[in-house]
Amino acid sequence: MSSAVISTSAALRRPFLFEADAEPDVYCHPERSGTCVKRISRGVEGSLDDPRLASVLPASQLAIRPASEMASSGIPELDALTGGLPRGCLTEICGAASSGRTTVLLATLAAATRRGEFCAVIDANDSLDPQSMAAAGVDLDRLLWVRCGEEIASKSKSPEGGCPTPRPFRRVEIFSQKDSTIAGSKEISSRESEHRLEQVLRATDLLLESGGFGLIILDLADVPPQSARRIPLTTWFRFRRAVEHKATILLAIEQQPIAGSCSSLLLKLEPAPKNNHVVDIEPSAAKRRQSAAHAASRGFGNEKDQAPEGRKKNYSNTPTGTELSHINLFTGLEIHAELIRSRMDRKPAHSIAFETKTAWAG
Amino acid sequence: MFACIYIPNFSIAAALRAEPELHSHPVAIFAGKPPLEKLIAVNEYAKRLGITPTMTKAQAELCSELALRPRSPLQENSTHAALLDCAQSFSPYVEDAACDTVLLNLAGMESLFGSISKICRAISDRAVALGLSANVATASNPDAALLAARGFPGTTIIPVGKEAEQLGPLPTAVLFNDRLEGEGKKTADNLVETLDRWGIHNLRALAALPEIALSERLGQEGLRLQQLARGAAPRTLVPVEAPLVFEEAIELEHPIVLLEPLAFLLNRLLEQLCARLGSRALATQELRLTLELSNLTGVDDEFENPGIPSESDGSKQNHVGTAASGVRRSEGPQLSRRHTKFIRKLSLPIPMLDAKVFLKLLQLDLNAHPPGAPIMKIHLTAEPARPRSAQGGLFLPPSPEPEKLELTLARIAGIVGEQKVGAVELLDTHHPKGFRMRRFVAEVARRVPEKKTPDSAEAQSAVTALRRFRPPLRANVTLENGQPERLHCAKKKEVQGEVLWKAGPWRFSGDWWERDAWSRDEWDLALRNGEAISFHRLVHDLLGGGWFIEGTYD
Repeated sequence: MSSAVISTSAALRRPFLFEADAEPDVYCHPERSGTCVKRISRGVEGSLDDPRLASVLPASQLAIRPASEMASSGIPELDALTGGLPRGCLTEICGAASSGRTTVLLATLAAATRRGEFCAVIDANDSLDPQSMAAAGVDLDRLLWVRCGEEIASKSKSPEGGCPTPRPFRRVEIFSQKDSTIAGSKEISSRESEHRLEQVLRATDLLLESGGFGLIILDLADVPPQSARRIPLTTWFRFRRAVEHKATILLAIEQQPIAGSCSSLLLKLEPAPKNNHVVDIEPSAAKRRQSAAHAASRGFGNEKDQAPEGRKKNYSNTPTGTELSHINLFTGLEIHAELIRSRMDRKPAHSIAFETKTAWAG
Repeated sequence: MFACIYIPNFSIAAALRAEPELHSHPVAIFAGKPPLEKLIAVNEYAKRLGITPTMTKAQAELCSELALRPRSPLQENSTHAALLDCAQSFSPYVEDAACDTVLLNLAGMESLFGSISKICRAISDRAVALGLSANVATASNPDAALLAARGFPGTTIIPVGKEAEQLGPLPTAVLFNDRLEGEGKKTADNLVETLDRWGIHNLRALAALPEIALSERLGQEGLRLQQLARGAAPRTLVPVEAPLVFEEAIELEHPIVLLEPLAFLLNRLLEQLCARLGSRALATQELRLTLELSNLTGVDDEFENPGIPSESDGSKQNHVGTAASGVRRSEGPQLSRRHTKFIRKLSLPIPMLDAKVFLKLLQLDLNAHPPGAPIMKIHLTAEPARPRSAQGGLFLPPSPEPEKLELTLARIAGIVGEQKVGAVELLDTHHPKGFRMRRFVAEVARRVPEKKTPDSAEAQSAVTALRRFRPPLRANVTLENGQPERLHCAKKKEVQGEVLWKAGPWRFSGDWWERDAWSRDEWDLALRNGEAISFHRLVHDLLGGGWFIEGTYD
């Protein structure tokens, strides 16, 4: 929490926690430090004689800043590492693709909706998967999903309340062909990404102003770092100021840290260095995956032949192509989380590891 | 006890209700076919300037200070509806006596609203809140109350038994105030003339006439008039059940081209609607805006012009459009084929009653969907609904305020698109895109969340998530023994490389009975791209052909 916050808190006469024998933390020349401290102390004491300032305590005596209320992230290991996510603060979670950022995002959402809070996700690239949300236990009624993208209001031709009809892949193919023709133009992609970022920032401003949300997530995970870094620090500062003194958790998911000192908690995720993709050939899970695909009648033979019980595999040891690939099952990721910065405690950076599992892994 | 609410100079009152800024100006209302338009009503300020209702419009136009307005049946209907709302907010027994007069039975209302004088004052205040300046009178019978309201300005309370005494000073013309047109007016004029010839100028004199002699000369009508003059004409009220229709309209002399003056008029209509709804202790959940547009070029109404640009850019001045009116057959803005009407419907998740919020929502909606032609008439209808009743709890987590949230959502929809903001609803299908967006409502979700045991909840939370590419990325796949060995994606350089490990194929298919049938093989695979390893879902479209990267496990 910044000094500005402390001043505000002091002016608002909010309670602070103090250490009993806290010394004023004022820099002076070592030889003259005693004189300096005495002079300042006298000045402070003199000002405290003013009856109007009787209830105001000098900031120099503040030893411990008011602690933020912490909320569970939904992953016990992360909670053990960070103490939870601080309310009224900006939290950054960064990492590369497949580092578990979205898993943490959904776990946090699920935990917040379980507490009965309303949540909002501003999805910069329209990349969240509703099935994954439901599988993670997110209460979809309590989630506001803002899907930023290229479409703007004036170009919107879709009928009101219309349901997106399932499209055959043929049409998708046409889109991707068109996309691939313009993919070479970096300028267009940069403009798109700027447009999306602008949408994200405007939507975030509006949601923060609206209030009442327990958790607001900026999903910038697919925004290239060079674009994300163009967000000025003043914007992050504005967000931090807008969210403080509120019970809202502002969470940003990104590839690299971009909010600088505006974030109160910075967490870095990455795949665990080894043995992070253990694939467990579990008959029940394989059965579920097959059942979900209702593929038993089309293309799959005897399940027992494909999924021998108790067999475990590591991808790095698997000779690809030498055996049937559907005897494998992707069961989850092992994530390594490192606490880079936290305003809540002064502990040195430390890390933990936790595992995630796919919806069909049981 | 009965009360009467009377709006003097009704046409003027209707015009002033639509244009409150004219309250301190001379105003005259004219009617008739050009060029024979005549004044039919003038206010006090106009009378002081020498303007009388017998003048022609051309004569009145010589007075530069005079505000001349055409008679507007739309505004008069709205004013009459507002008058009924005012009466029905005090008593369920209301008689619609005339367009400018309503009667109401106050029996038993003292326990709710206080003494009769308090009720009179409250009625008068309510009428002012609805933009009306009303005379209010109470008496022991409806007709006495009606005569008192028409005869005395302000509030009049006639005690029981004092009717004849109180009504005495009123001129005899007050008995015929409801006969303003046709045969009734002629008969009334004859009767007044006859009474004048007899030297009967007020009700006291009429009440004192001998009954038999009066009956011999004027018949039963004379006796009825005498009973009225004595304030002793007992009758039962004929209550009406006014339909719950809340509609306000403005007819414009000159078409509106810009959104800013339209917002000004909409604000006025919304305030009137909200005042009416509020007087009936109602709110609204649906607003319907109908704009009648002028067809400038006279093109066929079936002409389709889908390309009317949206002027949502704040730097530009917002026009409602100057191009030819077009027909939109989408479910959004609708222009009817015959009448060139532009209709917008604003559905709210919960009943609300805040004119400012409604105005902002309508503005945002019109910014996104401009009418496309100059506007001639504005109709605004509110569908009444019971106001929401919600009680917050001290220990409940905070939730967004519905009005604020609705505005925020409308603003965000203006930024990202209407279908891109809301809550998700999963569809009962195995299709990977089996979801749809629906309106996000904070109220509905106020229920207590299901309690789960911590273990199961945590176990459910750490589920590996998929991030989808929308649309899926086309990929070139190198196969070996029918299995993917290497991927190349032109659009996303990060998603390419050697396949380290794979699981699949998992075959999905569905909707084979529809045109949009789908069938696909899914693979989960790990890719090595330089030092980085990432997990993706690869899809082989079995019907359309081609390989696509559908998403990344993250």
